[in-house]
Order: sequence, then C-alpha cells, then structure tokens
Amino acid sequence: MSDIPNDLRYTKSHEWMRKVPGGAPNGVVEIGISQHAQSALGDLVFVEVPEVGRNLKAGEASAVVESVKAASDVYSPVSGKVIAGNGELAAQPELVNEDPYGTGWLFRVQTHAPLDEDSLMSAAAYAQFLADEAK
Amino acid sequence: MTELRAREPLIFELSKPGRQAVTQFPPHAAGTAEIPAHLRRAAPPALPEVSELQAVRHFTRLSQMNFSIDTHFYPLGSCTMKYNPKACNSFAMLPEFLALHPLGPEPQGFMACMYELQEMLQEITGMQGVSLTPMAGAQGEFAGVAMIRAYHRARNDPGRTEIIVPQAAHGTNPATAAMCGCSVKEIPCDANGDVDIEALRAAVGPATAGIMLTNPSTLGVFEHKIAEVARIVHEAGGLLYYDGANLNAILGKVRPGDMGFDVIHMNLHKTFSTPHGGGGPGSGAVGVGARLRPYLPIPIVGRDGARYRWLTERDLPQSIGRLSGFMGNAGVNLRAYIYMRLLGREGMVRVAEFAALNANYLMKRLQAAGFEAAYPTRRASHEFIITLKRENRLYGVTAMDVAKRLLDYGFHAPTTYFPLLVPECLLIEPTETEAKEDLDRFCEAMIAIRREMEQEPEKLSSAPHTMPVRRLDDVRAAKQLDLAWKPAA
Amino acid sequence: MAFIPHTADDIDRMLEYIGAQSIDDLFDEIPAGLRAGALKLPPAMGEMELGRLLTERAMGDGRPVNFIGAGAYEHHIPAPVWAITTRGEFYSAYTPYQAEASQGTLQLIYEYQSMMCALTGMEVSNASLYDGASALAEACLMAVRANRGSSSRRVLVPRTVNPTYRQVAHAIAGNQGMVFESVEFDRSTGRTALAAVQPYSGQDVTALVIQQPNFFGCLEEVDELTDWAHQNKILVIAVVNPISLAVLKAPGQWGTRTDAGHGADIVCGEGQPLGVPLSSGGPYFGFMTTRMQYVRQMPGRIVGRTVDTQGRPGFSLTLQAREQHIRRSKATSNICTNQGLLVTAATIYMSLLGAAGLQRVAAASLQRTADLVARLSAVAGVKAAFTTPRFHEAVLLLDRAVPPVLSALAQHGILGGLDLTDRYPELGHALLVCATETKLDVDIDAYAAALADVMHVSRAAA
Repeated sequence: MSDIPNDLRYTKSHEWMRKVPGGAPNGVVEIGISQHAQSALGDLVFVEVPEVGRNLKAGEASAVVESVKAASDVYSPVSGKVIAGNGELAAQPELVNEDPYGTGWLFRVQTHAPLDEDSLMSAAAYAQFLADEAK
Repeated sequence: MTELRAREPLIFELSKPGRQAVTQFPPHAAGTAEIPAHLRRAAPPALPEVSELQAVRHFTRLSQMNFSIDTHFYPLGSCTMKYNPKACNSFAMLPEFLALHPLGPEPQGFMACMYELQEMLQEITGMQGVSLTPMAGAQGEFAGVAMIRAYHRARNDPGRTEIIVPQAAHGTNPATAAMCGCSVKEIPCDANGDVDIEALRAAVGPATAGIMLTNPSTLGVFEHKIAEVARIVHEAGGLLYYDGANLNAILGKVRPGDMGFDVIHMNLHKTFSTPHGGGGPGSGAVGVGARLRPYLPIPIVGRDGARYRWLTERDLPQSIGRLSGFMGNAGVNLRAYIYMRLLGREGMVRVAEFAALNANYLMKRLQAAGFEAAYPTRRASHEFIITLKRENRLYGVTAMDVAKRLLDYGFHAPTTYFPLLVPECLLIEPTETEAKEDLDRFCEAMIAIRREMEQEPEKLSSAPHTMPVRRLDDVRAAKQLDLAWKPAA
Repeated sequence: MAFIPHTADDIDRMLEYIGAQSIDDLFDEIPAGLRAGALKLPPAMGEMELGRLLTERAMGDGRPVNFIGAGAYEHHIPAPVWAITTRGEFYSAYTPYQAEASQGTLQLIYEYQSMMCALTGMEVSNASLYDGASALAEACLMAVRANRGSSSRRVLVPRTVNPTYRQVAHAIAGNQGMVFESVEFDRSTGRTALAAVQPYSGQDVTALVIQQPNFFGCLEEVDELTDWAHQNKILVIAVVNPISLAVLKAPGQWGTRTDAGHGADIVCGEGQPLGVPLSSGGPYFGFMTTRMQYVRQMPGRIVGRTVDTQGRPGFSLTLQAREQHIRRSKATSNICTNQGLLVTAATIYMSLLGAAGLQRVAAASLQRTADLVARLSAVAGVKAAFTTPRFHEAVLLLDRAVPPVLSALAQHGILGGLDLTDRYPELGHALLVCATETKLDVDIDAYAAALADVMHVSRAAA
C-alpha cells in the first residue's frame, strides 16, 4: 500500500530508512518519518534536522518534528555521520505532511558499519505493527 | 449570552510622538552625564506614548475582553476557580505591607502572619514542617523532588533517581522529575481509575527515589488503595510525593500526612483562593514529614520566644537552597493567610464538603441529561470527567466544540483533553462557591448544546460565535511567528 | 458559612438528587481509618475583625525611609497601575488557554512582549518567569540547549552578579549537572575585568553571565566582555535592570561586532522595578528575551498574533509544544505559569511612563544616588568604595562594623542599606546603598544627619 512503501525499512518509533544507491563503503541512508507518524502529529510547524558532520548513535534523538499539539524526537535507526539535512524544511515544514517519503525526508547518514537491514521492520511487518498498536 | 468587548487596537497604535503622562514623571535631573558614551543607549526604546486616560481606557477595555471568576462561572477542572475574596487583596495591599523591603529588618507583623500560615498549612496537611518559598505549583513540585533526592544522597544512596508517575499525571510531574535529574517511570491506572498495584510492585526497586501522586487523582476519584501504595513504595526505600493540585477535595476530611505521604506541595492559588491573575502569580508552599525537614527550601519563618526570624542556611545547612531572590511570593502567601483566617476551622472543612456536593450534584444532573461520566460507579470528588466519545461518534462533535460553544452560553469551558487517558473528555470542577442556580443554568446550557449536536452540529464546530474572535489559526501562529509589534521602519 | 451560598433547602434538594443521606456520605470512598479528626485551627473571623488585626500588624512594621536596593527597588507606582491590574477580569482569570475568552490577557501579554523586546533590544520575549533570580537559572539551562557547540554545562558567573541569584541558579539547575564558576572582580573598580575571564579563552564554556549594572551598582565594560565571549563561542547571558535600559545600552547592542551576531544572546532580569511594590520580596516577575534563532529553547509561555477563521487578527498562546503539558519530561522547563498579574502591572507602568518617563526615572535615580553618596561620604569614617561610573546603587566603606550602624539608623526611622560583610568579607565594612527617584532632598538630608549622629555617638562611645 502507498502509505507504507515496500522499498523502505521502518522502526517502532515510526521512522523510515531508505538505502541511497552508490555512496560510501558502508552505504548512505536517508531517514524520515512515516505517513502514520505525520498524520498523528498533524500540521507540522517546525522541523529541526541535525547538523552536517554530527556523529549519531543508533537510537539517538537526532531531529525534532513539531506540530501545534506535539513535539516529537526523531531517532536515528543507524549509527553514522550526518552528511545532509533537508534544508527545505526550515521554510516548508509542511513537506513532511505532504510527502513524508519524498520531499519530506529529514536527513542522510553515512553509516559507520555495513548496514544490517534486517534489524528494522519490512513494510509488511510495520503494517502489522501499526495494526497491533491500534488494537 | 455574554457580551465581551469586540476589539481594541494595540497600545502602540494609540501612540503619538511627544504625548506624555507627565504627572507620573519625576522632576528632571541631570544624572546621566556620568555614563560613558559607549555604555549609553543610542536611541530610545519604542515604547508607546499615550496620555493617562488613553492608557486607563485601553487596559480597562482589554480587561473587558476576558472571562473571569468575577464575571463568569468558570468550572475549569483541576484549577479550582473559586471566589477570590476581595478582602484578601485589600488587606494584602495595605500600604505598610507593600512598602516592606525584603532585606530590611525582620517585619514582625508580616512574619507573624507567615508563621501562622505555616502552622495552619502544616495542621491541614498533617505534615511536620512547611516552607512558603516556592513561587508556583511547579516550583513546589521541584522543591519536593529535590528534597527527595537530597534525602537519598544524604543517606549515601544516590543511585535512587527514578520517579514513578501514574500515566494520568499532569505533565509537570515528569517535567519536574527531569529538572531534578531524575528519570521517569510511568505506570498504568486500572479501569476504576486507581493505580495498578501489580504494575507498581513491578516498577519499584533499588533505583526508586519516589512516586508522585495526586489524591483524588487527576481522574477525579479518590485513590482507594493509597495505604497499600504507600506501603509498597516505602518498603522499596522510596518516598511519596503528594501533588496538592486537588487538595480542595479533601480539606479537613483526610490529610496527606496521614495517608503516608512524605512531602506535599500545595497550590495556594487553588485551594486557598489566591488569584490566578491570568496565569500567575501562584504560590506552591511545600510541607514535609519529619525526615525531610532538614531539606526544606529557605527562608522559613521561625520563632525564638516572642520574636519571629528568618531561618536561613545557618539554621538548615542541608536545605535544598533558595528558589527565589527573596522569600517567594510573599504577597500571595499573605492572601492565602487572610483567606484561611476568614474561613477558620469550620469554614475549612466546609470547603471540601460543598465542593463535593456541587460536583456530585452537577455530575448526576449531566448524567440525567444523557452525558456519560467517565467513572460512573465512583463518587465525584471535587471534580468529575464527562466523556463525549459517543457524541463524537454519533455527531462528529469534539470536546473542544462543546467547550467553545459553552463560551457562547456565557460559561467558561471546563478543562478539555486532560487527563489524556480519557477520550474527548471534559474535566469539570464547579467549586464550593457556586450557587445551585448557577449549576442548574450550566446544566441547561449543556442540554441546549446537546440538542444542537443532534440538530445543527455545525453550530458547535464553528463555535464560538459571540466572542471577540472565532477560533484562531494556531498553525499559522506557530509557523509565521509574530511575537512582538515592531515600529514601521 | 464563609463564601458558601447554599441554603438548608438547597442542601436537602441536592442531596436528594444525588441520592445521599448526608454530605458526609459523599466521602464514603475514603477508608475510615484515614479520616481526619477535628482540625486544630483558629475559629473564623469576620472581615471587620480580621481587617483590624491585619492593620495593627501592618502598622506595627512601620514605614521607615528605605535606602536598600540590592535587587528590589522602590519606585513611584502610578495610581492607575494597580487600580486596573486588580480589576476582577484580570485578577481572577486563569491562564489564557481558551483564547477566545481571554483576548484581553493575551493582547496585553503581546504588548508586554513587544515592550520588553524594545527595552532589551532583542527579537523575542516570553510572557515572564517567576522572578529575576529564577529567570537567571532558567537562562543558564536555556544556554545549554542553545549553545550546541558546548557540551561542558559550565557557566561563568562573575562575583559582581547578585550573590542570591547564583544561589538560586545552583539550587534550580544544580541537579542537572550545571557547573557555575566564579569570576573575581577588580577590587579597585568594582567591575569584572577582561583579564579575569581571559584564562578561560579557548576552553569549552557554555555561557558567561554579565550583570549590568552589577550588584555594586557599577557599570561593567559590557562590550569587551561580550566580544571576548563571542570570540570563544560562549553565549552571553545579560542580567539587567529594566529601568536602567532607558539610559544604558540595550543588551541587544552589546559588543563591537556589527554583524548579526552582535549583542547578548539571552537577556533576563527582575521586572519588579516596573510598577511592582516591594511587598516583602514578592510576587515579582522575571523577564526573558532572546534572539529569534533560540526561541524554541526559551522556557515559559509565549503569545503570538495570528488570525481567526474569518481572518480577523487575534492572539493565542503559541509554541506550546515546548512546554510541560505536551513534552512532559522533555519540556524546556517544568514551568506552567507566568506571573500574569505582575506583567499586567508592568505593561500599564511602561505605557504610562513611555521612553521619556523611564528616562526621567533612571536619570533621577542616578542623580539621587550620586547626591546620597556625596552627602554620606562627607561624614567622617565613610567613603565610597569605587569611583567607577554607576547607576543607582553604590558601595560605601565604613571605619567600623556595619550592623550596629544599621541598627542605630533604624532607630532614626532609616533603612540605611544592605550590609555586605557576609557576602563580600574582603571588602571590609561595606554597605550597599540605593536612592531612587522616590528619595527627596529631605530624605537624603535626614540620612546624612542620622549617619553623622550615629558615627559620632559610636565613636564617642568607643
């Protein structure tokens, strides 16, 4: 289903991760929040992405997404160095609402170790996770 | 229906260069010649230039754009919006009280009031010591948790840094724990609104610093198993913190000290009727049992024979310290003192009695009108929760819609969406100072709103209709930040 | 029954409706063993009787002529200020959560924020904090969030900063691993010398606090201290007296940089001088302003201007996602309220005075203090400690212990100042005095005469 693209991996805290083709030896990943997460937050009014060059540990609070009713940390699913943040979001936080898997991406990380994609959920597993959470 | 003034320009828009309220100015003085040029202000600040009458009219008109206790029934749950007696303000503003410099000689008359206030609060809460210095509920909470930490540290048990908080707790509880360098463990409540005892047992351990509880809880019901909760936490080596947000419900009926609590903060701006002032000043006095007494924040009023004096770090070397520049919100404490003397021991017990009578009556009437109580098998304390989840499903209306529509009927809205556990909730606290007729009128408004839900729900979703403004664009407010007027360049 | 409107008939009908026999039934969920006995409290008093008691107590404390400042200043308060502030619509309203029914309070806070930005030369202001001392504590915690380049949580606090503020900052922020390091002052000037902070050059320091005017009333060299801090990637927290800003350089202009990075980063202070009575130390209010780039790191309520569904302008609380009721343990602070009523008073005060009036208050206070220092230091055994340019406070050095002198002055109906011996033992017999615009020649004459008398008598006795 379009709400949960098949080519991405997901976390229980509702981040998604996309492998960027090419890139450095251990790979580069792009990170954002899921359709479910943006919809739960509502209209975003502010997004803060990590500074380029910052070293992140997996599970570390790395970005903040804020709506009028909630502010939420975004946790990096992987360890690595930030190589890009989505600068568009400073002026247009609504991109995360409108296109969470595309123009609403948050930041890119060059991973420290070879990526173990299986540590994260597949689209099917995430869909099941959301269904369980809703119960 | 209610009439509020519709609109008033910004004071800056009334301003005209050269206009001055000179009566208020001191005589000219040279004075500033001594200031070196590089430390001097280059251009005057862009403050308004208005006449005294313009200022008086402007701010009087702004006041007329507010709901308040003096003008409207204000059943805001968890906020205890009771009548603020005028005498409390008049006496606290006696010119001699207002003129007291906090670093002057110890003012015996004022300190007698503060000493007696400490004693009365101690008696009401069943504690062994009181400090009046915290300046608001959140600072009282901070003082409480900081004392718990200081206690564990002094016992060479510094690893106790976990604070247990029920899920229904107010957001300040976890925020306070974090400010004290503690981590937070949230535990669930059961279907009756009581703390889940098994979850509590599982949560306590050698890292437990304490638990923060309100009783009656934020769910508006009395925590039945409080004695058991106290035993479990104490046996695990932790202490019990009482969030006094709902003290109005139990004044004279049950004392936190007797329930097993080690520390409590009291919101004098709720239970003891000091004004809310549009968001402060509050006062968050703390009370403690014997083992936390050495850690109380300073200063405290002590007495040597007939003389009152400030107890400071010399008297309490283990104190968590000073939380304010002087001695807290002294003038607010004075208002609470005056309130307590006006009520006396008889009046104090009646606070809880009539708060409970009003809350239970209003709950029954609303239930009879078809509204669903969140905890129908329980007594209301001084407040209760209505859930609109059925109305939400049937008519698409939200708790917010009902709250906004109530404004049109001339009632301030109850608290909405708190506690977060109950969907589409209204937390309603009538307080003891409302007359039966006012409660009845509120019910009639709710009945009328129920009819609108069924017949013309758009009247709710677009409410309020009679206020100075309709619903505001909060997204725009947060995205296109306009936080200060600026002069045209 | 005090403030309870119920008649016997009301009570009966309400109980019957509830289905309870008595009011006591309503408390049947409280376990019997926990029920409280009779409270040992005094009996109720009527308003007349209590008024008499309080008037007696208030009068007993007298009305001495006050020359103490030290963070709480006696200024003239225009009559309209509290006449309007205590209107029930301001006094008895709650925090403006229901924006549509609170536009008065909200617009007033917006006007307040605008005035504080103008006064401090900063871009954004919050709706106020509890008081000046706790505002500094919050400013230090905010600096940790704002200064991303620093991980030390070290804040440099010169000893010329109000010593109580340091104590409060330690009590409030100490549990979060903050480290406050003292910076010595220059004994001859009463200022913080650049050389005193320079040893920290190149180190990881989060923020430098600069109080202007400082606790001694002396004017700090704010430009060079600010420049030094910024060169070392240290944020500048300014602690200022709002009245002084009518004549002193706004913190937003501190430093000699001309780019966007000029000025202090966080400005805070005690708002009491703006129309709030001394009142034994409270309630007062703390103010805080900052750069727009740090707005999300700022604690406390903030009001914004927006539009309603029909496009009309209106005001609401904004950026609430930073606050405790939403972010819980990750909030910028646990603070829930501001000091709304005091902000109301201050906003009315600033409107009545305007820039011209504030400038007159500042100039008169400065002049009165200069007069006072001249008169008092003419008394044998008394001299001014510092000759540095000052605002409206000064340190005097006596040739003998201060407390007996203050006690003797109190006998003359004069509060002669604050004894600094405990706070600054190295200064010797030091006394901090203050004269605002409220002190007339006759008051200063009376102080000078009484001091001459006291010093003479105690010398004779010695």
